[in-house]
Amino acid sequence: MTETILEVKNLEANLEDGDKILKGLNLTIKAGEVHAIMGPNGSGKSTLSKILSGHPAYKVSSGSMNFLGRDLNELEANERANLGLFLAFQYPLEIAGVNNLEFLRMAYNSKQKYHGLEEADPLDFDDLVESKLEILSMKNDFLNRNLNEGFSGGEKKKNEILQMLILEPKLVVLDEIDSGLDIDALKAVANGINAYKNTGNGVLMITHYQRLLDYVVPDQVHVLSEGRIVLSGKADLALELEKKGYDILNAKLS
Amino acid sequence: METKSSSILENLNSQEYKYGFTTELETDSFPKGLSEEVINRISRIKNEPEFMLEFRLKAYKAFLKMTEPEWALLNYPKIDLQDVIYYSAPKKKIGKNSLEEVDPEILKTYEKLGIPIGEQKRLEGIAVDAIFDSVSVANTHKKALAEIGIIFCSISEAIQEHPELIKKYIGSVVPHTDNYFTALNSAVFSDGTFIYIPPNTKCPLELSTNFRINTKGSGQFERTLIICDDNSYVSYLEGCTAPAFDENQLHAAVVELVTLDNSEIKYSTVQNWYAGDENGKGGIYNFVTKRGKCAGKNSKISWTQVETGSAITWKYPSCILLGDNSIGEFYSVALTNNMQQADTGTKMIHIGKNTKSTIISKGISAGKSSNTYRGLVKMGERAKGARNYTQCDSMLIGSHCRASTVPYIEVEGDSNRVEHEASTSKISEEQLFYLQQRGISLESAIALIISGFCKDVFKELPGEFAAEANQLMSLKLENSVG
Repeated sequence: MTETILEVKNLEANLEDGDKILKGLNLTIKAGEVHAIMGPNGSGKSTLSKILSGHPAYKVSSGSMNFLGRDLNELEANERANLGLFLAFQYPLEIAGVNNLEFLRMAYNSKQKYHGLEEADPLDFDDLVESKLEILSMKNDFLNRNLNEGFSGGEKKKNEILQMLILEPKLVVLDEIDSGLDIDALKAVANGINAYKNTGNGVLMITHYQRLLDYVVPDQVHVLSEGRIVLSGKADLALELEKKGYDILNAKLS
Repeated sequence: METKSSSILENLNSQEYKYGFTTELETDSFPKGLSEEVINRISRIKNEPEFMLEFRLKAYKAFLKMTEPEWALLNYPKIDLQDVIYYSAPKKKIGKNSLEEVDPEILKTYEKLGIPIGEQKRLEGIAVDAIFDSVSVANTHKKALAEIGIIFCSISEAIQEHPELIKKYIGSVVPHTDNYFTALNSAVFSDGTFIYIPPNTKCPLELSTNFRINTKGSGQFERTLIICDDNSYVSYLEGCTAPAFDENQLHAAVVELVTLDNSEIKYSTVQNWYAGDENGKGGIYNFVTKRGKCAGKNSKISWTQVETGSAITWKYPSCILLGDNSIGEFYSVALTNNMQQADTGTKMIHIGKNTKSTIISKGISAGKSSNTYRGLVKMGERAKGARNYTQCDSMLIGSHCRASTVPYIEVEGDSNRVEHEASTSKISEEQLFYLQQRGISLESAIALIISGFCKDVFKELPGEFAAEANQLMSLKLENSVG
């Protein structure tokens, strides 16, 4: 039987002291699957990514989130990450004065330590990073800059994918990884995702556009509206949405 | 909105101050109080030549006419100078020639502080002068340095043995009339470090002084004088600690640096005086005047300071750029937490032609503390082609602290150039979440952001001290919630 990576049941969540954003969301991702979540602005897509990854500003009011047999709600953000849940940020943060390579190694070693594995010394780690850079057609000097500081939009997104490739998570949540990318950068990012995915892990892509799905073909497409998944289908659902817009929701749901 | 990480940012407490212990020693201490008689006694105890006593008494006369400066953004009750002990020294004989003569209790104290005063530490390339309350108690490597003409000793000793150098240079950079605290220091200073680097000599060791205040109620008034002769170089590092007492203690030091032609002094400070408790009780009042004079052409003075301790910090290490093409640098990290207050910065006085100065100041405020950068860049008519670059960055942690920047820029002549950049930032929850989402713990995430913020300054610290400084910052901002 295929391993279940993520199982979200009847999830309700809100900003602390704020209105309810997720209103009974169900989602199951099994090993080897690629899911895409689409939906109008304000439907709760980014909220879902933040809740899964443990952003401190959001609160789960009911329902459950099970990740590899663990209750996510009981884990701190860094524990979720170390267990293999990776969020590629829509707007990656800039951290001044922190060397990109040193940060990557720190993140990598946090995970190694968490699992009781040996930490990588700088030389071994360099080899690991070099092999991943190639996949993304990134240059070496990228590593010596400060973390996301002064990076272009495309560079920031590539850096997210680089981190993903190095950390080898079990589930990646890609929050609008395709926004603000030119064609070359989009291809590089898609290359990275395709290099990452295998039969043992899962991908959840949050996107507004079909174009990423041309390169990374989803097994399932879900439409999120007003905090719930209202429609699911195969890859062709995304094409239909692209053509007709979210108006089809009304037609299909009525 | 109060979330877990925001409440953590409000409550970053200093780890318990680990240098807060006291050493039980018999001391020779004067009774509290300041008078001409006290000054006479200090001079007599030190067996000083006549010129030194005259210097002190002149300063005292000037001091009596001066008042405590009030322009700094600092709030504290007036200091009662009659309530201070002006001289306190361990009773046992002071080992000037060999470490075996040093009171074992004092050696133990330095061991606890992690200060290498044993000769075996020579391998690390550091020579140390240890100042305990009012006197120098140990000085390592003196002989080896003397063989190449370098004088590294306590200032009391230098007054005895090198009066010509003292006469020529003491007060030549910081006149006793400079301010209230320099006048006081000039009258009552009890010890400090003296360094002379002869021409054409690169000092092979890192020279260092450790200042320790031990006795309750005593003030520390040290005087440091460093002269770097033609074509020479020295790197000097000072560290400061004190026991945790409920009462405030005064530290009023004067440091003077002189560089002659083509020479360079690199002066680094890691200040970790007792800061008081989280409610602002106790702690050192740190009123310090540090100034360097680039007297020679092509000479350079570089100040690097990491200020993490003291209840009050009032300190402006400055450079007088007199020689043509001389260079002044000021790299500073000032961290305040709880009720600490710091008003610190620099003065770059450009007099010579083509003089250059760089100021990089990083202020970090947490808790309910207040942190002010105050700096002057002054370029006279004669200073043709002078240039300055200033960058002042403040970081706020939590929402009850305060950061201020007060730059003064005075430029005459049209060939001079001044650049000033300033920024204020907060550690954001989003940044912390980003790092945590990569598996990094909240505490490590805060430390990483702070270390990135301070990088441009820490990289100026000699050798292993950069790593130590990073560690010190983490200890000062520990999360007391999680």
